[in-house]
Amino acid sequence: MMQVRKIHVSTTVNGEPREFLCEPGQVLSDALRNNLEMTGTKEGCTTGDCGACSVLLDDALVCSCLVLAAEAEGRRVATIEGVAQDGRLHPIQQQLLEHAGLQCGICTPGVVVAAKALLEENPDPSEEEVRFWLAGNLCRCTGYDKIILAVLAAASEIRGA
Amino acid sequence: MNDSVKTDFKYVGTRPVRPDGPDKVTGRAKYGADLNLPGMLHAHYVRSPYAHAVIKSIDFSEALKLPGVIATMTGEDLPEPGDKLMQGAEIEMKLSDMAPVVMARGRAMFHGHPVAAVAATSASLAAEAAALVRVEYEVLPHVIDMHAALEDDAPLLHADLITTGLDPAPTVPSNLSVDLALEMGDVDLGFADADVVVERTYSVPMCHQGYIEPHAAIASADETGRVEIWCCTQGPFMVRNFTSQLTGIEPGKIKVTASEIGGGFGGKTTVYIEPVAAVLALKSGRPVKVVLSREEVFRATGPVSCSETRVRIGAKKDGTLTAIDIDIVMDSGCYSSSSIMPATMFGAACYRCENQRSRGREVLTNKPRVWAYRAPGAPQSIMAVECAVNELAEELGIDPVDFRLHNAVEEGDIPVFGLPFQAIGYKKALQAAKEHPHYQAPLGPGQGRGLASAFWINSGQQSSATINIALDGAINVLTGNPDIGGSRASMALLAAEVFGVPVETVHPTVADTDSVGYCDGTGGSRTTLATGGAVIQAAEKLVLELRHRAAAIWGVDLDEVEWVDGKAVARTTGDLENLMDAGAAVQLENREMSLVELAETSGATGGPLSAVASLHAHNSAPAFAINICDAAVDRETGKVDITRFTCIQDAGKAVHPAYVEGQMQGGAVQGIGWALNEEYLYDENGVLENPGFLDYRMPVASDLPMIDTVIIEEPNPLHPYGIRGVGEVPICPPMPAVATAVNRAAGTALYDLPLSPPKLLAAIDRAVE
Repeated sequence: MMQVRKIHVSTTVNGEPREFLCEPGQVLSDALRNNLEMTGTKEGCTTGDCGACSVLLDDALVCSCLVLAAEAEGRRVATIEGVAQDGRLHPIQQQLLEHAGLQCGICTPGVVVAAKALLEENPDPSEEEVRFWLAGNLCRCTGYDKIILAVLAAASEIRGA
Repeated sequence: MNDSVKTDFKYVGTRPVRPDGPDKVTGRAKYGADLNLPGMLHAHYVRSPYAHAVIKSIDFSEALKLPGVIATMTGEDLPEPGDKLMQGAEIEMKLSDMAPVVMARGRAMFHGHPVAAVAATSASLAAEAAALVRVEYEVLPHVIDMHAALEDDAPLLHADLITTGLDPAPTVPSNLSVDLALEMGDVDLGFADADVVVERTYSVPMCHQGYIEPHAAIASADETGRVEIWCCTQGPFMVRNFTSQLTGIEPGKIKVTASEIGGGFGGKTTVYIEPVAAVLALKSGRPVKVVLSREEVFRATGPVSCSETRVRIGAKKDGTLTAIDIDIVMDSGCYSSSSIMPATMFGAACYRCENQRSRGREVLTNKPRVWAYRAPGAPQSIMAVECAVNELAEELGIDPVDFRLHNAVEEGDIPVFGLPFQAIGYKKALQAAKEHPHYQAPLGPGQGRGLASAFWINSGQQSSATINIALDGAINVLTGNPDIGGSRASMALLAAEVFGVPVETVHPTVADTDSVGYCDGTGGSRTTLATGGAVIQAAEKLVLELRHRAAAIWGVDLDEVEWVDGKAVARTTGDLENLMDAGAAVQLENREMSLVELAETSGATGGPLSAVASLHAHNSAPAFAINICDAAVDRETGKVDITRFTCIQDAGKAVHPAYVEGQMQGGAVQGIGWALNEEYLYDENGVLENPGFLDYRMPVASDLPMIDTVIIEEPNPLHPYGIRGVGEVPICPPMPAVATAVNRAAGTALYDLPLSPPKLLAAIDRAVE
C-alpha cells in the first residue's frame, strides 16, 4: 500500500481558528466529527441526499459530506454547535422544542442549520417556501408537520423581536 | 369503565418540552456513531457480490500484509447455532435463522450478505483491507421474485426447509416456509348469502424502515472477557441477549449502553453489527467500531416484506358483511422471520363478520432477511381489506364511514384471532371522521378522496424502572428503553403525576443493562404503557415510603398521612371528641411536609429514597386509526399530490399529546411514501438497484401538506392511567387511503403499489381505452 500523506488544513469553525490533518479523500462531515470531535453534524447517507450534515461554508448551505475536508482550507465553516449563543437557544431550536418538532432527533441539527440559513435569507417565508427550502433535509419520524410549524413560529418570533 | 383507571390528571396530557430536547437541538446528544474510544479499530465488511453462492474459501493473507490490519472474522467465528430457539425474542425464532444474517456461514444468501470482516487502525485502511480479502465462490442459481420462488423448479434456498403450519407436514422441501390459516364461521355460506362480492388482488412492494441513522456500534473487551457495547438500538437488553446467543459470550459478561437512537421503526429491534464488533474486540483486545454506510443499510439490514393479497369480501344490500376471505403471500427474504402471523390475523380486525377465513404464506427468496417495520405485517393485509371495503361500499352506494360504522367491532366482539375486544374507541374514531371538516369538505376538480381504518394489537412485555430521589427532591427515573420519539417526556409526566410535582423536577435517564432492571425493547407500541407502568409503580412505592417517613416524623399512623400535590399532609382520623388532645389534632391537621423537605431529611428518617418496580405487562390494548386522504393526479406526468390528509386515532390516554400527534403524522407520511414511491428494485442478478436515498425516494417536506390529527382517548380499561399504545397503528391506514384517493382521482383501478408515475400513467391510459 502506498502511504498517502495527510493534508494540513487551517480553517475557521464557528468563528474560531481550527486546524486538522485529513486524508485526501476525507469529507468535511467526517473531519468535523472525527478530527475536530464536533459530532453535532450527523451523517445519514454521505451522498448528499439526507441533509443531516448540513453546514454553512462561507455562508453557503452545503451538505458537508459532499465537501472534501481539504476544501475547508482558509474558509469559514458554521455548524450546529455554533447556533446556540451565550447559553441561549436560537429561536428555531426553542420553537422545535415547543412544537415537538423532533422525535429521534438525528435530522434535527441539519434542520436547524438549514432553517437558520433560510430565515437569514428570507425572514418571512410562506409554508411552501419552508417546505421547499427543507426538501433536502430528510426526516423519517415527524412527517415534517411540526418542523414546518416550528420554523414558521421562529420566523415570526425573530421578526417580532 | 373500570373504576381503578385514573381519569383526572394534572400533568399527564400536557405538552412540556422534552427533557432531552436541548441536547438534541444543539447537537450535543450522542448517537451511535458519535463515540470514539482511544486505540479504537474500525471494522469493514466483505460482502457477497452474488445473490446466492457457496463460500468455498476465504483468504485474508493479502489483507493482513497491510500494516495496521489487526483482526479478521468470518461466520466460523460464531458458534454453530444448531436447533436452538432464540431466547428473549418477541416471536419464536430459530438461532439458525439469526446467526447467518449476522455473518454468512458456508453460503451467501443474497447480494451484500456479510461474508467476512476486517478490523484496522483507520476506517479507510479497513476498507482497503476488506477489498484485498480473497473469497472463492461457487455461484448458485438464485430466485428474487416470491412467486417464482414457489415454482416447482425454483432454486431451493434451504435443502431442509419443510413448510410449517401444514398438517400433515409436506414431505419435500420448498421455499414456502410458513402456510397458516385461520377460520371462523362458514365462509362459503357467507358468500352465498351476499348480495355483492368484491374480489381483487393487491400488491405492496418491499420497502425499508428508512431510519436516518445507519447502524453503529463500538465494542470493547477487557482481559477477563467482559464486553461492553455501545450502539444505537431499540433494545439494549435485546442486544445483550442476542449477542450472547450468537457469539457464545455469557450474557453476564456483556454490558450494553444504548446511545441516542436516530430512528428505528422496528428496524433496530435486532442485531446486525454488535456481535461482529464484540468478536473483533475480543480477538484484537482493542475497541472496535462498526458503522454501516447507507448503502449497506439498504442492501443488508432487514427491509420489509413485499406482499400479494387476494381478498374476497361479500355484503348484503344493507351493507352487512357476510364473509371475508384473505389470502396473503409475503416475502421474508432468505430466512424465516416475517410478519406473516400478524398479517394473517389482523387484516380484517376492524370488522364484525362471523364468516372469515385468512390464509398466510411466507416465502423465502435470495434477498436480505426482512424485519419489523411499525405494526409488522398489518399494513400489507390492511391495504387489501380496506381497498376492497371501499369498493364494496361504493358498489352498494353506502358512505364508507357509514359502512364501517355498520360493521365496526366493539366491546365483546371476538375477531378471527380469538381475543375478545374490551373497551375500544373505534366507533368514536369513525364518528369523529364523519364529523371532521375534512370529510365534509367538497373535493377540488380532479381530486379523489380515500378513507381507511386500521387495527393494531399493541404489546406489553417486560419492563423495569428505578426511581431515586435526590436531597433537593429531584426525581431521577431510570429505565432501559431508548428514547426514540419522546419517551423520556412520557416517563417524566407519569412520575410527575404520581408525585404531584412539576414535570421539570423529574429527570429521566436511559440506563445501561448493568444499571437498571430488564426492559424489553422500545417497540410494539409498548414503552409508555409498560415501562411507563413500571415508572408509575415505582413512584407509587416511593409515595408510600414518603408517607411512612412523614408519619414517623409526626408520630402518627400511616393512614393519617395523605399525599396531596407533592406534599405529605396530616389529617385527623376519627372524630375530634375521641382524641386525647383536641388542640394537638387541630395542629396536626395543618401540618404538611413537601417532597423536598422529606428528601432533605431522608438520611435521618430511614435513608435514601429509592424504589424499583418490574413487571410483565399483560394489559396492553388495541389501537384503531382512520385516515382521510385527498389526492390530485397530474394526468400528463402521473405525479400524485396529496392535497389534504387527516389522521384520527384512538390513543387511549394521550400522555404527551404533541408526541402522540407526531407518531400519527410520522406514520402517515411513511405510509404515503410506501404507497407512492418507496420500493426495492432488483435487477436480474439479484442486485438492489436503488440502495440510496436518491433512488429510494422517501417523502420530503415539499411532497406533503400539513397532516391534521384528531386524538380519541378511550381509556385502556386494563391500565391504571388508561394508556393504550400509540406508535405502530399510524402506518396501517395510509396505503389504502392513498390508493383509494388516487384511483378515484385518476379513474383507475391500480392496486399494485407503489403508485409511481409510470405505473399510474399506464393505468390512466388503460382506463381511457
